[in-house]
Amino acid sequence: MDKIKEKLQQTSQATRSERRGRFISFLALILILVVVIAIFWFVAAKGLATFFQNHINVWDFLSGKTWDPSVKGANGRPEVGALPMIVGSFLITLLSALVATPFAIGTAVFMNEIAPRNGAKILQPVTELLVGIPSVVYGFIGLSVVVPFVRHVFGGSGFGILSGTFVLFVMILPTVTSMTADTLKSVPRYYREASLALGATRWQTIHKVVLRAATPGILTAIVFGMARAFGEALAVQMVVGNATLLPHNLVSPSSTLTSVLTEGIGNTVMGSLQNNALWSLALVLLIMSLFFNVIIRIIGRKGELR
Amino acid sequence: MNKRRIAGVALFLIAVGGLLGLGYQTRNRSSAGGSITTVGSTALQPLVEAAGEQFSGDHLGVFINVQGGGSGTGLSQIQEGAVAIGNSDVFAEEQSGIHSHNLVDHRVAVVGIVPIINKEVGLKTLTTAQLQKVFDGTYTNWRELGGKNVPITIVNRAQGSGTRATFEKWALRGHRVKTAQEQDSSGMVRSIVSTTPGAISYVAFSYANKTVQKVAINGVAPTNQNVTSNKWQVWSYEHMYTNGRPTGVAKSFLNYIESPKIQSTLVRQLGYISISQMHVERDVKGRVTVIR
Repeated sequence: MDKIKEKLQQTSQATRSERRGRFISFLALILILVVVIAIFWFVAAKGLATFFQNHINVWDFLSGKTWDPSVKGANGRPEVGALPMIVGSFLITLLSALVATPFAIGTAVFMNEIAPRNGAKILQPVTELLVGIPSVVYGFIGLSVVVPFVRHVFGGSGFGILSGTFVLFVMILPTVTSMTADTLKSVPRYYREASLALGATRWQTIHKVVLRAATPGILTAIVFGMARAFGEALAVQMVVGNATLLPHNLVSPSSTLTSVLTEGIGNTVMGSLQNNALWSLALVLLIMSLFFNVIIRIIGRKGELR
Repeated sequence: MNKRRIAGVALFLIAVGGLLGLGYQTRNRSSAGGSITTVGSTALQPLVEAAGEQFSGDHLGVFINVQGGGSGTGLSQIQEGAVAIGNSDVFAEEQSGIHSHNLVDHRVAVVGIVPIINKEVGLKTLTTAQLQKVFDGTYTNWRELGGKNVPITIVNRAQGSGTRATFEKWALRGHRVKTAQEQDSSGMVRSIVSTTPGAISYVAFSYANKTVQKVAINGVAPTNQNVTSNKWQVWSYEHMYTNGRPTGVAKSFLNYIESPKIQSTLVRQLGYISISQMHVERDVKGRVTVIR
């Protein structure tokens, strides 16, 4: 009798192993959390030093057009106007998303709706292959193919927003395509069947039913692609020209937040204004990627298939 | 627990423990006399790397770890005492954020810097005034200077680059330049100038090869000979800074680089100019004295 009682009151083998498992996954969670918080803390502390330690006006930073932290401007303050970089980053991101979206949707529709068998067999591996190519390779191709091409066709020196757009278009295309394909796959079969049963053609079904139902997912895919484009540094830096000027056309050399960051960080000294100003750029980048994340969340919540 | 799981966990622990142990065994013992780390200037990196290899060959068990990162990184790391030697193209006094009083300067080589233009421009010499007006944007077409009818494309190095600082100080005489495109390595600059019509930039002598046109300034040709006599004024020292007087491996490595053995072989082969060849000396304020 007692033996059974004892056995029942003891923690069982299964419970113990579950506790152990919970503990290990909790540890992993804590570790990730600590790392994320540490990164935020570090970037924020460094990035805000420009404003609190070096007393740069936040508005001057966001709206100034001259970036030359080691030179004092007309008002006696160092010139840390980040507007050219912010504009450059947004312009490149929006343009490349704009160019990539139709191609991505077209490819995804072909893969899922028009030729599921051949499409999946050929296009899926191709897009996955594109994801795996390192960004320096894209940059190198951009430098030796895209830049001369832009120079011959559109004039200018070839370096600029347009070349950056072309390179980023290829880089974000696979991301947007594969995510769009996943959403199309998740559209329930009976939507299509109902539409076809009503006498709609295949094109009408794709256009009016499948794409309509998948819109939130497609928007998420586009924002995801934009987030990637916004954060891409190396490939863009190689083709954009890195001139901290407001772009007055698409073929004039300009710069992005990331290109100025990667280029300048090795030439500045920790704790100096020049270095802090770069951290402020990093902070802007971080806030923007948070913003993209929030947008993805909102779209995802609003547009759930009901 | 079954045996396979125990074996799996044990294997995992051994692997992790082994890795940590390996990392600990091969850790960087900069003070213990085994190896040292140098960080900084990418312009000086090839020389330090090559000399470091030879040095390790001569001194068994000693390893010179060479990292790039730029002059700013080199100076800030040596100031914090994180590395044994910090490499820089500029004087520590010239870099903002550096308190130079603790740092000891070792000049190991001299580098000449030359303006380069695309070959099709058709110009071989420019005056200082012309260079200033090209870089501040007064001239926009090479035609205005007697060259071909191609627009001028300025390619700068990154802000804070040692090459750019030297060029702006000595070739443009501190004249303020217009914001233009920037690239973060000399190799990149050269390949852009060689392929872009009407492009102008500046690189160290060792980077200026046949794909680009070297430009003489005020009729003085960019040669090592002219640098040693200061007739060609666009040059800079390559500095290796230590925090306080160097000791141990750092000291013997610096002596090694400064020795005639390296100065007369590696330094020349890699396109630098040896300190011992210089007929003049220039201090941080730019005052030039003749060495007798």
